[in-house]
Amino acid sequence: MSWIPITRAENIPLREGRAVKVGGGEIAIFNLGGKFLAVDNRCPHRGGPLADGIVSGDSVICPLHAWKICLSSGAVKRPAEEQACVRSSPVKVVDGIVFVQLTAERAEAA
Amino acid sequence: MERLVVVGNGMAGMACVEQILRHSPQFHITVFGDETHVNYNRIQLSAVLAGEKEAGEIVLNDLDWYRENEIDLRLGVRITGVDSAARTVTGDDGSVTAYDKLLLATGSSPLIPPIAGADKDGVFCFRNLNDTRALLERVRPGLNTVVIGGGLLGLEAARGLQLRGAEVTVVHLMSTLMERQLDPAGGQYLQRKIEVLGVNVLLSHTTTAILGNGRVEGIGFANGYRMETALVVIAVGIRPNVELGRAAGLAVNRGIVVNDYMETSDPSIFAVGECVEHRGVVYGLVSPLYEQGRVLAATITGNRGPRYTGSVPEARLKIMGVDVFSAGFVQDGGPELEAVRYEDPAQGIYKKLVLKDGRLAGVILIGDASDSRRYMEWLRTGADLTDKRRRLLSPDPVPDTGADVAQMPDSETVCGCNGVTKGAIISAIHEKGIRTLAQLKQSTRASTGCGSCAGVCVGLLKAVAPEFEEDKKKALCECVPFTQDNLREIVRSQKLKSVQEILDIYGNGIGCEVCKPALSYMVDMTWCGEHEEDRSARFINDRVHANIQRDGTFSVVPRIRGGVTSPAELRRIADVAQKYAVRMVKITGSQRIDLLGVAKEDLPKIWADLGMPSGQAYTKGVRMVKTCVGTEFCRFGVQDSIRTGIELERRLENLYTPHKTKMGVVGCPRNCAEATVKDIGLVGQEGSWQVVVGGAAGKTVRKSDLLIAVETSEQALEAAQLFFQYYRENANFLERTYDFVERLGIEKVRRETVYAPHAVQEALLDRLAKSKALARDAWLERDEPRHPTQFVQIQPMEAVPV
Repeated sequence: MSWIPITRAENIPLREGRAVKVGGGEIAIFNLGGKFLAVDNRCPHRGGPLADGIVSGDSVICPLHAWKICLSSGAVKRPAEEQACVRSSPVKVVDGIVFVQLTAERAEAA
Repeated sequence: MERLVVVGNGMAGMACVEQILRHSPQFHITVFGDETHVNYNRIQLSAVLAGEKEAGEIVLNDLDWYRENEIDLRLGVRITGVDSAARTVTGDDGSVTAYDKLLLATGSSPLIPPIAGADKDGVFCFRNLNDTRALLERVRPGLNTVVIGGGLLGLEAARGLQLRGAEVTVVHLMSTLMERQLDPAGGQYLQRKIEVLGVNVLLSHTTTAILGNGRVEGIGFANGYRMETALVVIAVGIRPNVELGRAAGLAVNRGIVVNDYMETSDPSIFAVGECVEHRGVVYGLVSPLYEQGRVLAATITGNRGPRYTGSVPEARLKIMGVDVFSAGFVQDGGPELEAVRYEDPAQGIYKKLVLKDGRLAGVILIGDASDSRRYMEWLRTGADLTDKRRRLLSPDPVPDTGADVAQMPDSETVCGCNGVTKGAIISAIHEKGIRTLAQLKQSTRASTGCGSCAGVCVGLLKAVAPEFEEDKKKALCECVPFTQDNLREIVRSQKLKSVQEILDIYGNGIGCEVCKPALSYMVDMTWCGEHEEDRSARFINDRVHANIQRDGTFSVVPRIRGGVTSPAELRRIADVAQKYAVRMVKITGSQRIDLLGVAKEDLPKIWADLGMPSGQAYTKGVRMVKTCVGTEFCRFGVQDSIRTGIELERRLENLYTPHKTKMGVVGCPRNCAEATVKDIGLVGQEGSWQVVVGGAAGKTVRKSDLLIAVETSEQALEAAQLFFQYYRENANFLERTYDFVERLGIEKVRRETVYAPHAVQEALLDRLAKSKALARDAWLERDEPRHPTQFVQIQPMEAVPV
């Protein structure tokens, strides 16, 4: 596991997400005011860009078909019966820089 | 048949008559009411003042009801005398009416404290429909007003006036608000909430004089302080109307004394409601009326047996967004009383239970009154709470209303005002085939009092009625449980300029993809440029001004006014399509050109290369004006549809609307550009134009309605603009014109746009002009992005050479 520095915190506006190409894929990082959260930028439904969704509390609504994804766990919250999950990644902010933690092999790809 | 005379046509009298009618039709009933209205729901007057309800909506018994039950209704007649020996009542119209049984339901009157100048023009009470109408006539946006009295009624009056745009100060004699129903801490929580709404509160002030020369100009206090005001509402309390009881020689203390059977000291005279005193208590609240009415009905119809043993006083503030509930004994007191509290100052939540001998004696709920029913049940039944002590303030979590209502026992009271149990509601649903809340109200009277149990009633309907239909007035969504009409009013009157602010004050503080764009539109439309637009509340299309496609790429549609382009423009579009390897170039159904499959990062560059404004094909806004060639080329054309269409598009482009707005202008009735199935259409005739609105050719097909026929192109454009702005201001978000026009009816739309008084039209056009002046081509954000990373794909820092 390793922490990858991504961008300055102010580059992600409050209650919005931004997509980052890292670890061989895209990660969507969200600024939720007090904290930042990150999930893979692909809705488990039809691959919609979650970074472009509207934030609702700790969740994001996919812009394509309004699936609701929990940003801390990556679990699909709507449709309720759906068991799918996207991968979430730990995020920390140090000295105004947003870091994402990736597994060794993903960090390698980054 | 015995003659029953009822004095008082209010909630108490009629609730009682309804109960009497259930027993048997043994009476010929005459009802006297000194107001000129049929029986209405007095506790909803604050909703009328606040503009949440029309006067007609709070009627409880309409004329047909009196007619069907063969009740002789005498409105506008005040009974001035009772002769209990002769058994007659005398009216102020000179009439003398004989009775066998007399029911006094005279209610109460506003208490007017000894204040000099209380008779000046501009001083009002807030007790009946006439008071409310008089207030509505006088209140104006910006008017300085004072409400004397910081109790339930005063606060509701204050909020109503303030929602009408007035500047309101509540003046209260005591040191905290609603001191009779709340403890000092609760009063302070309430005060903060009231002040956040924008109502000023002045405590510990004794009003001594209302100043002004004939008309109110100010108000003076015992401490010498003075305030300017143009309107004063006195709402300090009520006093029971006992004069007739005295005239009849009945026992009277503060109220007309009744026993547990609701009998007065005269065997043929009965009394009910706010004018009575039972076991030393006078109630000024709605719920005891119904309990008393049931007992009285039994006694008076010869079924004497049920007894009224008193009610738990219960008060609920009816101000949107301010939950306040109080019941029973709530003050800290002697050693035998215990208080259990929960406080969350940041959330404005304060809960307090007062216990006596392990049973609930009283409750205060502020900021969250969702558990009020449970506590009322504990109060009514006197339940022993010993084994519940650990969870008094935190009930077992219930996932939703459905499960909640399933867990309720059949005997539990759902509607405290009318004493309707869950069991009664369920059997009514089954036996009478009830499908809507309105039908349920009609049938059981549940939720016709204060209305706070409507949610539970709907929950029961959903759970039990197979074909439940939602009532028309729907809340925007669960995050902000108000109708869009209410919310527009809130945004305007509370000067709320950000989506988050609305969510924080009126909602759950979070919001979702349904309410955020809707609130965003409301704020934008209301404040057009005087506010900080919150892009995070908008759909991605409105953050990057392009239409997201199924693969996450975007489509680009430049504005081509009227569908008229040029060789140079076409060449440029072709060059751009080639340069960015656009995956598809498509002629749209709206006479525009669509470039499909563009990456977000390329959007600003493409817009710059095109050098054309945004066609708004991605948003709820002005899409396009489709035109035919008209008089310029067509041999059948009778009007210049091209020029008029381009002008219409120019006047409205870059504006946002509740849903997309598609328009069409055709030069003759052959309608080649399908103007009659557009949101707004101009149909050229020989020497005139027809302006049509509310057409659709999408999921539904609807032929538009004629708004007006006019002579000149300029008049046609102006009519279109009037309708356009009216739609912007009054439609719900995501309501297309065809739903909007159907909901309101074209007559109302005409009356309020093209046939409105000149000043109203001017105002509509002014507001449109103001919005238009601030509206700019969204694609100019290519040069001045709203945010540095608005269109940018963020690169991890390591990948960027420092």
